[in-house]
Amino acid sequence: MIWLTWRQFRVQFLVVASVIVAAAIVLAVTGPGLLDDYRRLADNFIKNLALERLDPLLYQVGIVLPYVVPPVVGAFWGAPLIARELETGTHRLVWNQSISRRRWLAVKLGLTGLGAVAVTGLLSLAVTWWSDPIDDAINAGQDSNIYLPRMFPVTFGARGLVPVGYAAFAFALGVAVGLVVRRTVVALAVTLAVVILVQVLAPTFIRPHLMAPTDKYLVASAENVRGFMLSGPESDARVKQIEVASGSVGAWKLYDRTVDKSGAEVSTLPDWAMDCAPAPPPGVSQEHTSDATRTACFQRLADEGYRQHVKYFTADTFWALQWREFGFFLALAVLLSGFSFWRIRRDLS
Amino acid sequence: MNTVLQAHGLGKKYGRRWALTDCDLEVPAGHVVGLVGPNGAGKSTLLNLAVGMLTPSAGTVEVLGAPAGAQQAKVGYVAQDTPTYARLSIADHLRLGRRLNPAWDESLAQRRIQHLKLDPKQRAGKLSGGQRAQLALTLGLAKRPELLILDEPVAALDPLARREFLQDLMEAVAEQELSVLLSSHLVSDVERACDYLIVLVDSRVQVSGEIDTLLATHFRLTGPRRDQKDLPRDQHVVTASHTDRQSTYLIRTGQPILDPAWTVTQLTLEDLVLAYMGRDVQPERPVLEVQR
Repeated sequence: MIWLTWRQFRVQFLVVASVIVAAAIVLAVTGPGLLDDYRRLADNFIKNLALERLDPLLYQVGIVLPYVVPPVVGAFWGAPLIARELETGTHRLVWNQSISRRRWLAVKLGLTGLGAVAVTGLLSLAVTWWSDPIDDAINAGQDSNIYLPRMFPVTFGARGLVPVGYAAFAFALGVAVGLVVRRTVVALAVTLAVVILVQVLAPTFIRPHLMAPTDKYLVASAENVRGFMLSGPESDARVKQIEVASGSVGAWKLYDRTVDKSGAEVSTLPDWAMDCAPAPPPGVSQEHTSDATRTACFQRLADEGYRQHVKYFTADTFWALQWREFGFFLALAVLLSGFSFWRIRRDLS
Repeated sequence: MNTVLQAHGLGKKYGRRWALTDCDLEVPAGHVVGLVGPNGAGKSTLLNLAVGMLTPSAGTVEVLGAPAGAQQAKVGYVAQDTPTYARLSIADHLRLGRRLNPAWDESLAQRRIQHLKLDPKQRAGKLSGGQRAQLALTLGLAKRPELLILDEPVAALDPLARREFLQDLMEAVAEQELSVLLSSHLVSDVERACDYLIVLVDSRVQVSGEIDTLLATHFRLTGPRRDQKDLPRDQHVVTASHTDRQSTYLIRTGQPILDPAWTVTQLTLEDLVLAYMGRDVQPERPVLEVQR
């Protein structure tokens, strides 16, 4: 059975695995140089990266690949696993040898699933290890508009255990969908669509609920303010919302709302809050608010009890959150596999 | 162990439609059983129930004394359209059989492939329909089952390949101690290969038994017009047709036919099968004859 599984799976496996191994080799070769740069340049490391050509590209590749692999694994390894047998009728050949369907599925699912976890794990390990100096420098406060803290949604899903969890989930989903729709192409398309959708929606709808974020009330000031949301005509604009920095380097902010002294969220701030807004960009005609006026404005906000209610995940919760998201998707994968084991015992002539 | 297949009140429902109803069967071991019936009569359903690919909606089915599907190693199955892995070679298929069957007979498999003059390196997808069926049969036989079930194995083959396939099957049956259950919608296949017959029409078993016995107990009676209820009680009417002056009955009976008014004719197997297949349209027949 192990031989048969490999015989049927080897082409798909080698295609995906060779891409990943190639990427891992490139990362393994360039990684030590990057780490060396970080040790040597210390605080100027990120600034210096802008002068490089290869490393920024590899950084991008290291974000894209871990997102690409799970849908590919689900659609091209998972979906055809049973669907192709059902479509070509070969299930009636193989299920009538001296081996039960469940054992057949157990070997197929086990080996192929292990392959999916292994190659994704290898890729994620390489990417995580390679980008560690960059992530470290960013979390230490080095400024960049290219490199994101690894807690940010885009980078978070391309590091550590999360891609492995997604791959396991995508694979199990592909198998289950294939078993239900019984058509390879349909199963492949459905799996691809669902996995991508989950990847897009997970940071908004799943990740924030996996752990309790740090919950704080901050006083807005000229220093920590990061944005104003205005509404109304330019001459008579009102401030709807203020956004502030969480004050925690490398953290991922989930929530930021202005509340009044009773703690209720405000939909629009008082008229005078316009004074807090920074100078408009040059060329836009508007009376300039001086720094003194801004400081006074922020002071008045503070005095009248306006606070910023912020929730965020701090940088040091990275691995705790990684484990939880990994566990969540692994649990989904187990549930989907359980469904497949249940379904395959039923009629499938 | 005397019965290979035993069914009690067996039924299978797809959605609201019964594909098989009230099936009671007892097939003794050591026979080559032909399961005949028109397309869609439920032949595949019955065979799929017997190998455990389907689960019964009603009743029970036992194969070789155990619930269907419980003894996979003892039951070989050549499925409809003889599926094989198109991208695997013949040698790969034999390897598959060897790996997945404890009682695999490698020398038998090799002998058959040689005898068929097939190249082991050839992919199954490149084989002709007849060769593919032979490959599937090889897998089924080399598994060394006690019962080999074949679902319309020759349906897609040309007459020559059909004959060769059945001949090979017969040779294997003679060599191995093997019971065979094969379905077909052609009586000629059954006539050539089988010694036991099951006729399945409209999801019901119409008749089953050893072919010799069936032929010895079925007769065509032709004579002056006579009502069905005037026939002796031990004569079971299968079909009846009448003209103004003449009646023709096809009957089953274990007793000699004594009435001198009848001209008694022996039936061929085809007559017998067609009679049972045609039975369901019987109520319409008198109407047609009146119009004539």
